[in-house]
Amino acid sequence: MSQETIIDENYRMPEPVRVGEETGSLTRVMQQVVFTVDHKKLGLMYIGAGLLFFVIAGFLAALMRIQLAFPNNNFLPPDVFNQSFTMHGTTMVFLVGMPLAFGFANYLVPLMIGARDMAFPRLNAFGFWVFFFSGLFLYFSYVGAPGLYAAGSAPDVGWFAYSPLTTKAFSRGHSTDYWTLSLLLGGIGSVATALNILVTVFCMRCPGMTLGRLPIFVWCMVVLAFLVILALPCLSACQIMISLDRYLGAKFFDTQAGGDAVLWQHFFWIFGHPEVYILIMPAFAITSEVIPVFSRKPIFGYPIMVAAVVAIAFISLGVWAHHMFCVGMVSLANAFFVTSTLLVSVPTGIKIFNWLATMYGGKLRFELPLIFCIGFLFQFLMAGLTGVMLAVAPFTWQLSDSYFVVAHFHYVLIGGLLFTIFAGIYYWYPKALGKMPNYKLGLLHFWLFTIGFHMTFLPQHFLGFLGMPRRIYTYQDDRGWDTMNLISTIGVAIQAAGILFFVFNLIYSYIWGKKSGDDPWDAWTLEWATTSPPPEYNFAKLPVVKSRRPLWDAKHPEDPDWKHE
Amino acid sequence: MNYATTENPADWKLPSPRKLGILTLILAESALFTIFVVAYLFYMGKSLNGPYPHEVLEFPLLGTIALFSSSGTIFLAERCLRAGDKPGFSLWWGVTAALGTYFLYFTGAEWYHLIFEKNLTLASNTFGTTFYSLVGLHAFHVIVGVLLLLAILISALRGRLHSDHTEHVEAISYYWHFVDCIWIVVLTVVYILSVRVPQ
Repeated sequence: MSQETIIDENYRMPEPVRVGEETGSLTRVMQQVVFTVDHKKLGLMYIGAGLLFFVIAGFLAALMRIQLAFPNNNFLPPDVFNQSFTMHGTTMVFLVGMPLAFGFANYLVPLMIGARDMAFPRLNAFGFWVFFFSGLFLYFSYVGAPGLYAAGSAPDVGWFAYSPLTTKAFSRGHSTDYWTLSLLLGGIGSVATALNILVTVFCMRCPGMTLGRLPIFVWCMVVLAFLVILALPCLSACQIMISLDRYLGAKFFDTQAGGDAVLWQHFFWIFGHPEVYILIMPAFAITSEVIPVFSRKPIFGYPIMVAAVVAIAFISLGVWAHHMFCVGMVSLANAFFVTSTLLVSVPTGIKIFNWLATMYGGKLRFELPLIFCIGFLFQFLMAGLTGVMLAVAPFTWQLSDSYFVVAHFHYVLIGGLLFTIFAGIYYWYPKALGKMPNYKLGLLHFWLFTIGFHMTFLPQHFLGFLGMPRRIYTYQDDRGWDTMNLISTIGVAIQAAGILFFVFNLIYSYIWGKKSGDDPWDAWTLEWATTSPPPEYNFAKLPVVKSRRPLWDAKHPEDPDWKHE
Repeated sequence: MNYATTENPADWKLPSPRKLGILTLILAESALFTIFVVAYLFYMGKSLNGPYPHEVLEFPLLGTIALFSSSGTIFLAERCLRAGDKPGFSLWWGVTAALGTYFLYFTGAEWYHLIFEKNLTLASNTFGTTFYSLVGLHAFHVIVGVLLLLAILISALRGRLHSDHTEHVEAISYYWHFVDCIWIVVLTVVYILSVRVPQ
């Protein structure tokens, strides 16, 4: 019996009944998009919207880099510069990082656990639309918000909006309110989607899919959802407090009336630090799926990997004040947050070693997903090392709010997260669209983006050491910062070229790419057991799982995994 | 590891999505309340000017009794529904909604007294700010709870509620018990602790 027939008999209808597939007018297509509650369509919509906002926020970053390319440059006025870094940061965190994570979770979690949809499909659609409109609302400030400067002022208080910058006295007009209300709205959508992911994993698994057999991707998404459930409400509380302060005269952060501006920092980072781990969770998730499949080995140390990701989430709830070493906390608090932050590197190190151990001795296939994941391993290690440095309070006293910090978290979020997002898109592109991504275009994308990325952000470490503060809109030419700033800006152009090839590849492969078949990578998780793209119901007959690699069992009945686990 | 017991799909049992969903929502709400409770504790005894808690706050005895007993009546209502006693369910469910509404009336009266007679508003001092935001957030949850209770009550009175709706009803009762538990925290922090803290 061939592999195909085994998969066929187990998971597929002989003649798939396509529901709602009839193509028609544009209105019909729009209707399908707007009214859909299908987790796969919503997942793709999340990813599409995330990429759209990514391009917008990347454009803002490019504007800022052009301004900083030369000393005393006059490309952007200071107020527009402030708006640009605020919108760039807010967009990348809330409208790019989280939607991309939710997009992957939405598309893949039900498929991987052998379910037909999320637990609450309509709540899922609600979550997406709330997120999407919160994004539109934030950007409407560019035309609609009367701010400090004029009508049409975007928020300019930075993405962590420290008090007292956000008080009425320092932030006139409504630009800060657009920021506040947009995040409050987006928080509701995020909690709804996270709740949905949790309930889906715990209540919708197919028979035999015990928690010990979940793909690590799903485990990471469970942890991500838990962190969202615990962290995002804290952000909502912050936004409620700012709004009360601004509109009803409350005194939460009003220092003249006995309020405390530092309290804002605590409350914001109680959300903000778990948020960082929310953003990096998809990287762990995708890498843990890609590396085994392209190394032709099961993941090394499955239980330890799960324990490590849970440990990271747990520790991440107690590290927030390492963002605040410079505000003058008591030394005991400093010592506590230094220790807890250093502690994070233990489970993170375990994960990196386990990925390496998975690759060690494996039959590596250097396809696009693996290439991007290898880039991730190197860059994430560098990000981790600067993270360990910044975890030490005296080091932060020297380099807080400098370009060293900017370089550090861009290594985490671009070198870490974004590279794996690309890996994930190339890995599951055949599943979602039924076509293979073009290898050569992908390779061009990889090299251009990698070179551009390091050119942009590696010099920023040194700029930080040389004392360049973040968020300045220009600098004098006698500081010794000009060469490295210019290199950094040229790097952005190369990154942009890489992104251009990426977007072109997505479109090109969809139209001219060769058909992928259902399981082009010879993978082991359940999403590859159904057709590419999967039908609306995912599986005609719910699979029954006996091991961590159900598709391996189906393809190799002579030596199934469950005999060994 | 041995997963022998899960080999038969017929034995495959998972928790109910509704219950886990409401429990997850409760977890998120707890995180939200935690921040407001911490803000209250942080500013306790730090107001620069009056009115201070010990001057204006009175122990909300009747409201507390109403809210706590509503947890008991909702339990009785659920027991009636499980036993198929629909009139009993409607009665106890209605009593629960009435008790919740009385609590809201009580809070409203308290706020009226505080605002117009004691001159304590959200903008008075940090006590006013944290007091109204915390108690107000709780009251907002009671309002949502009462609306949910009324929605079920209307279906029950129109005869649309059946014994297979126990899970829906149970989810709402979880939420109601949660609102009660939060009141224990608010009561302790605001009406017991902060009135004893010297200014």
